[in-house]
Amino acid sequence: MSPRAAFWVALGSLLGSLSRHALQQWLPEATWSGLPLATLSVNVAGSLLIGWLAGRAMPPHPTLATLHRRHFAMTGFCGGFTTFSLFTLETLVLIETGAWSQAWLNLGLTTALALVAVALGFRMGRTGRKPE
Amino acid sequence: MISWLAVALGGAAGGALRYWVNGLVVQRTGEVFPWGTLLVNLSGCALMGALAVLAGTQGGLDKATMALLMAGFCGSYTTVSSFSLQTLMLFQQGEASQAVANIILSLFGCMATLWLGATGVRLLLSQTGAVL
Repeated sequence: MSPRAAFWVALGSLLGSLSRHALQQWLPEATWSGLPLATLSVNVAGSLLIGWLAGRAMPPHPTLATLHRRHFAMTGFCGGFTTFSLFTLETLVLIETGAWSQAWLNLGLTTALALVAVALGFRMGRTGRKPE
Repeated sequence: MISWLAVALGGAAGGALRYWVNGLVVQRTGEVFPWGTLLVNLSGCALMGALAVLAGTQGGLDKATMALLMAGFCGSYTTVSSFSLQTLMLFQQGEASQAVANIILSLFGCMATLWLGATGVRLLLSQTGAVL
C-alpha cells in the first residue's frame, strides 16, 4: 500500500464519515414504518454516487482518470459514507426488540435499493458523459 | 464538537485500514469474487457487536469513545457502496450466482459475526462479574 494512496483514501473516508454523521445527527430518530432512515439513506445515496463515479471512470473519456481521484472519491468518500456495520447493528436491534417484519424490511429494502441505485448511477455516469 | 473530531479521526483510520485489508486479500484471491470487501464487512461487524455491548454497559464507553470507534472507525471501515458496486459488476459479468452468493454471505454473515461479537463480550463480562 503506497502512503499516497492511503492518504487519499483516509481523507475521502474522513469526509464521508463526517457527512454520514451529520445526516445521523439531523435525522437521529427519523424512521419510516419503524425503519432507521438515516442509515438507509446514506447507504442508498452512497451506492448511487459510487455507481455514477464508476460509470464516469470508464474509458474513453474518464473523469476519474487518475488513481488517486478514484481512491479519494470511491474507496474513500463513498466507502466512509456508507456503512455495513451500523446497518447490521440496527437490523439486529430490530430483531432483539421483536420487530421481525421491520428487520426483514430493512434487510430487503437496503439491499434492493442499494443495488438499484448503483445500477442507475452507473448508467447515468456512462451515458451522461458528453461524446467528443 | 469533540464527537465530530472523533468521528473524523475514526473515519479516516477505518477507511485506510479497509483499503489495506482489502488489498491484502485481493493479492491472494484475485479480483473476481469480492472476498476483500466481504472480510472487511464481516470483521467490522464483529467489532461493532462487541462495542455495542460495551456501550450499553455501565461505565463502559463514554460518548467520545463511542463516536471514535462506532460511528467513526467501524462505520467507515465497513462499506455498502463497494458491496453494491461489486455485486453489480458480478451481475454484469454474467456471474449471477456469485452475485447472489455475495449478497447472502454479506447480509447473513454480517448478522452472524455482529451477534458473535456481542455475545462474546456479554460472556466475558458475565464471567468477570462486571455490571451489565
